[in-house]
This record gives sequence, C-alpha cells and structure tokens, in this order.
Amino acid sequence: MTTANKEVNTIASQGYKYGFVTDIEADVAPRGLNEDTVRWISAKKSEPDFMLQWRLKAFRYWEKLLQGQETPSWANVHYPPIDYQNMIYYSAPKTKEKLESLDQVDPELLRTYEKLGIPLEEQKRLAGVAVDAIFDSVSIATTFREELAKHGIVFCPFSEALQEHPELVQKYLGSVVPYSDNFYAALNAAVFSDGSFCYIPKGVRCPLELTTYFRINTAETGQFERTLIIADEGSYVSYLEGCSAPMRDENQLHAAVVELITHDNAEIKYSTIQNWYPGNEEGKGGIYNFVTKRGKCQGKNSKISWTQVETGSAITWKYPSVILQGDNSVGEFYSVALTKGYQQADTGTKMTHIGKNTRSKIISKAISAGHGNNTYRGLVKVMPKADNARNFTQCDSLLIGDQCGAHTTPYVEVRNSTAQLEHEAFTSRVDEDMLFYCNQRGLSTEDAQSLIINGFCKEVFQKLPFEFAVEATRLLELNLEGAVG
Amino acid sequence: MLEIRNLYASVGEVEILKGINLKVKAGEVHALMGPNGSGKSTLAFVLAGKPGYVATSGKVTYQGEDLLGMKPEDRARAGVFLSFQHPVEVPGVRLDQFLRAGFNAIHKSKGLEELDPLKFDRMLRQRVKVVGIDPALTKRSVNDGFSGGEKKRNEVLQMAVLEPTLAILDEPDSGLDVDALRTVAQGINQLRSPEKAILLVTHYQRILNYVIPDFVHVLVDGRIVKSGGKELALEIEAEGYEKFEQPQEEAIQSPG
Repeated sequence: MTTANKEVNTIASQGYKYGFVTDIEADVAPRGLNEDTVRWISAKKSEPDFMLQWRLKAFRYWEKLLQGQETPSWANVHYPPIDYQNMIYYSAPKTKEKLESLDQVDPELLRTYEKLGIPLEEQKRLAGVAVDAIFDSVSIATTFREELAKHGIVFCPFSEALQEHPELVQKYLGSVVPYSDNFYAALNAAVFSDGSFCYIPKGVRCPLELTTYFRINTAETGQFERTLIIADEGSYVSYLEGCSAPMRDENQLHAAVVELITHDNAEIKYSTIQNWYPGNEEGKGGIYNFVTKRGKCQGKNSKISWTQVETGSAITWKYPSVILQGDNSVGEFYSVALTKGYQQADTGTKMTHIGKNTRSKIISKAISAGHGNNTYRGLVKVMPKADNARNFTQCDSLLIGDQCGAHTTPYVEVRNSTAQLEHEAFTSRVDEDMLFYCNQRGLSTEDAQSLIINGFCKEVFQKLPFEFAVEATRLLELNLEGAVG
Repeated sequence: MLEIRNLYASVGEVEILKGINLKVKAGEVHALMGPNGSGKSTLAFVLAGKPGYVATSGKVTYQGEDLLGMKPEDRARAGVFLSFQHPVEVPGVRLDQFLRAGFNAIHKSKGLEELDPLKFDRMLRQRVKVVGIDPALTKRSVNDGFSGGEKKRNEVLQMAVLEPTLAILDEPDSGLDVDALRTVAQGINQLRSPEKAILLVTHYQRILNYVIPDFVHVLVDGRIVKSGGKELALEIEAEGYEKFEQPQEEAIQSPG
C-alpha cells in the first residue's frame, strides 16, 4: 500500500470534541423496564391520565413485539442484541421544581451548553434563534419564550405542553407516528420523557429559528424524546435540532420520535445536525440512533422539508418521511450522511403520495470513509388517487479509501399511471490520484478533501439555515480530519 | 533551476529510472522524447511527488532546494507544475473554485495577495480567452464530462492561471487534433520567458513544430541515451526510436 493510500485509509475521527461528561447529581429511574417504570415516569411528570393510558398501551404492544422477537432486522446494520432490562429509562439533573428564569438553571448545566457552543443566556444568543435545551431526559431551558408568545407561538418542553396545552397534545400525539408504528416507536411512546413541543398558529410566520439541542450525559441511559410540531393554516416555521453525547465505551440507545403536521398552505422546514458520539476508532461504544421521524402534509398546498446532516452515532437507523395527503402538497428530503471508523448508517426516506398533484424530492448524499458502511433506503409510494404525482430522487455516494461501503436501495410502488418518477445516482471515489491532482495544484490533502466533500454536499448544505450551514461544513471537516498530511 | 543527478526510481518493485542526469536552466525549453515505457511519465511523476513513485537514489535540486524532500503541494507552491497526460476528474468541485483555491494556496505560501472570487473571476476570464477554451467549462466540475481535448486545454488553462516557474508537461499533445494542438502549443509558448523553464515530455515530434525546444533528450529504458538540439527530434521522426534502443536483458513492464 502506498503512503497516500494509507492516508486515505486512516481518515478517522480526529477526536470527538464533545465527549466530556458533566458532573451533576441526577434523579434516575430504577434500572430496567416494566409497567412500573412507565407509571414512575408518568407520575414523575404529573401527567394527565390519557397520557399514562397511552403509554401503557404502547408498553404492552412493545412487550409483545419483544417477546415475539419482532425487533426490526431488515436494515443493513449489525449489532449485538440490546438488553432492554439493563438500561436506565429516565435521568434528570436534580433541580428545583420549576424554573422561573435562566438564573435558576444550574451553572454547571449552562457551562455544559456553553462548551458545546450553545449559549443559553439570551444576550449572547445567536441572532434569531430560540433554543430548547434537553439534558438526558428533561428540558432544562427554553429561550425566547416571551418573544414567541407575542406571536401566539407555543415552543416549550413536551412535559410542559402536557400541563398547559393537553388538548393540543391529545389531538395530535400519535396521529402521524402511532405507537404501533414500529418497535422503537412503541418503546419511545412508553417511556419518552421529554422533547420539544411547538405550535404555530394560523397565518403566523415564525420570526425565529427554533432549535432543540439534545445532550445525553448519564451513563447507561437511553434518551427517548418526542418532538411534535404543528403548523396551522398558512403558517411557517424553521426548526433545527442538534445532538451530542459523552464518549463512553458502552453503547447507548437514542430512540426518538418526531411528528410534524402541516395544515393548508403551511410549511415546516426541519433540519438536523446529528453529532452523537460515534464510538472509537475500533468501533467500541457510541450511540445507537434509532429514530422515527415523519411528517404529514395534511392540508392542501402544504410543505414539509427535511434536511439532515448525520455525522455521529455508531449506528443510525432513520427515515424522515412525508405523507403527502393534501392536494398539491410537497415533501422534500435532503440528506448528508457520513460514516467513518466503524460507523453504520441505514438512512433514507419514505414519500407517500396520497393527494393529487403532490410532489416529492429526495437528494441523498452518502459519504463513507475508513470502514464506514452507508446505506440509502428509500420508498416512493404513489396511491391510486394521487393523480399527477411527481418524484425526483438522486442518491449519490462518495467513497474515501477502499475499505468502506455504500449501498443504495430504492423502492418504488406506483398505483397510479399518471405518476412521473425520476431516479439518478452516481458513485465517486476520492482516491490517491484525485488527491495528488489537487496537491499538484497547491492544495493540501485536507483542503482538497474539504473542497471535494463540500462540493459533493452543497445541494444539501444550501438547504440548511445559514448559521448552521457553516457549522455543518466545519463539522464534516472536523470529522474527516485525521492522520492526513 | 532544475538539476537531476543520477536519479533512480521505482514503482512498486519495478525499477523504471536508471540513472537520469539532466540540467534545466531558466528560460530553456527541454523536450524529453522516448518510446512507450521508457520512463518519461515516471520521471514527470517523480518530480511532482506522486505517491508510489519512489526515488531510490540520486538527487534532484530545484532552485537550490532538495525537491524530493518536499511534499507534492509544497512543490506546487514553489512553482513546479505538472500538466497531466490523463487529467483527473474531480466531481462536484467547480473548476473556477478549484483553481481559486489552488491559486490562493500558492499565493498565501509566498506571502502574496489572495484573490476574492470577483477579482479572481476577472483574471480567470482573461486567461480563458488567451487559452481559447469555452468559458462555460470553468463553471463545471473539474474535468467531469470534459472531452479529451477539453481536458488537455484545461491543463494549459490551469498552467496559465497558476503561473509556474517550472512546467512539466506530460504529453500535452496526445489525442489532440491539429487545431487543438495549435491552441495548446500557443498556450505553452505564452509561458515561455527568461525566468521560466519547460520540460516537455512527448512521444511525437509533431508538437515541437509549434513549441520549438532548445534541447531534445532521448529517454530509453530509464536512461537518457542521447541529447541534442531541435534537429534530434526530426531525426527521431524520420528514423524512429529503434536505433537508440540497446539490446535489453528482459522486457520491463512500466506504467509510463
């Protein structure tokens, strides 16, 4: 093997920057999972009864799946069986009952977010961004609440929404992702502890970017959060989530559910920058990111757009999807997934065309380096009444070195002859010849790589809110910085 | 400017260069000719620092520096340019952005002004005109889907933009029709100046009708077997390489 080939092959994490642990006393649920755990969590949050009943139904359904060994096994990812009884399902930093302002947030927690580059003090905020910070199982702070309230926008922790807007929660919870949707969705429904809730009233264009930042801190804890966003008629919101976790040798489970609903003429733009701990260079440790994300374009002319940059996690299993129910509704999916080291990603989307003249667009960019294994899995489904449905799909793969893998598995199911579907795909490899060519024009290997990767991803990065496009670019560069040069 | 002394080099286990000696002064154009597999491209790659092309002994000095000790990008920044026989495609990276990144990396290393996109674009448009390529190519991915002729012209464009001190041109004429050959040759001639030098690697004499060399060297089996003036090229054109080839012990496989 030549030198450059070795360089190309050893591109691995230059060290995960967010791997520290916050030393804080936590309120932790007893290890393991049974009905009592579910009741314990629900009681902890003084939830209304409908919530507890829903959780219990979900738990019983999940238990049945587990006993029947009906855990999902179709994805192109490999991991040992998870011991669900050897895990903690709730962990919250010990704080006062209710926080009146940020001054009451434990300074240790504020420092944690500061270190992560997410200042919670409003005066230091990113211009135009409201943040909900979730630490292990609970939300610790939400900024800009008053500003948002002026517009009638509700943006708060899920547990709080259950107290203050139970009717909204009851109406929409599970309406897009029912607890019986899949194994992890059922698990999440049973034990989810917090998440973000967002309601944009009719005709309101949300003036701020809404952001939720998820942080897993406690060891052996799973994070099960649930996000619910409702855009009422003619409203618009752009929402972004970011994630990170400490470096630990054991795997940790993150099984989230996100539900989006748009009414007539409404639009939700949902962006994710996922940077969970991916495990070390030998593939030890890291987060299992098993997530169900789905949006429903319920109203006509509505639009849901998913943009994701997936760089972390040991295993990613995630298919942000759109149900195009309203006529003329639009679903979009823009994705960059990076796998390096021994990371595995099986990600993609489902676009279900139900209404007439519905359109969907899928742009997937998979980057594999080291021993990374990347699979695009997508389904475009056109139902009998979806006249003139259109889909454009493009899934591209970029391979760095010769030990990694990229797979593309597009499924198409069309039951209406007026549908028009297009599919494009290409694969390119960053090899030593390409890098040498760039070197010969004066570029260092690292600059060349970042140029190539940014070029490869630009269609997706353009879709991110501006502040985060810069962050995403840096994140990719950082992740691919290695033993090169 | 460039001095190669008794250079031996291998690719993998195979020794390709077996004692090259060559001196190139500023202002000179040297043509390096030879049959297929004689080691012409290997020499070009060794000088540019391509991984896998290993100098096993000998010395190469460039502007008084040990060239072989430098990283490929540092050689480029020091003014060594290689025009590739087979230019590499870089999908997704626009040619103008690629060139600006390279240009600025070179300028930065020399402490010269880096150009913003607008200033760079102005300069690039002017060079595009000089080289005579379709300006739309600069907005496309580097060499991606370019025709053979467009790739070759693109190498000349890059040379015109990066303004190297020593240009090593590896068969810039291969696969070109007469018109394309003429524009490529014009581009090369524009680089000629008392401060700069060109090492032109070619199989055929044809391009030397347009780019008149000061010296011609014949490379056979990893050694320069004859050097002379431009008339040597005509001699090869008339009689072929056969008379320079010595009886060989065994056939040598080589990539260049």
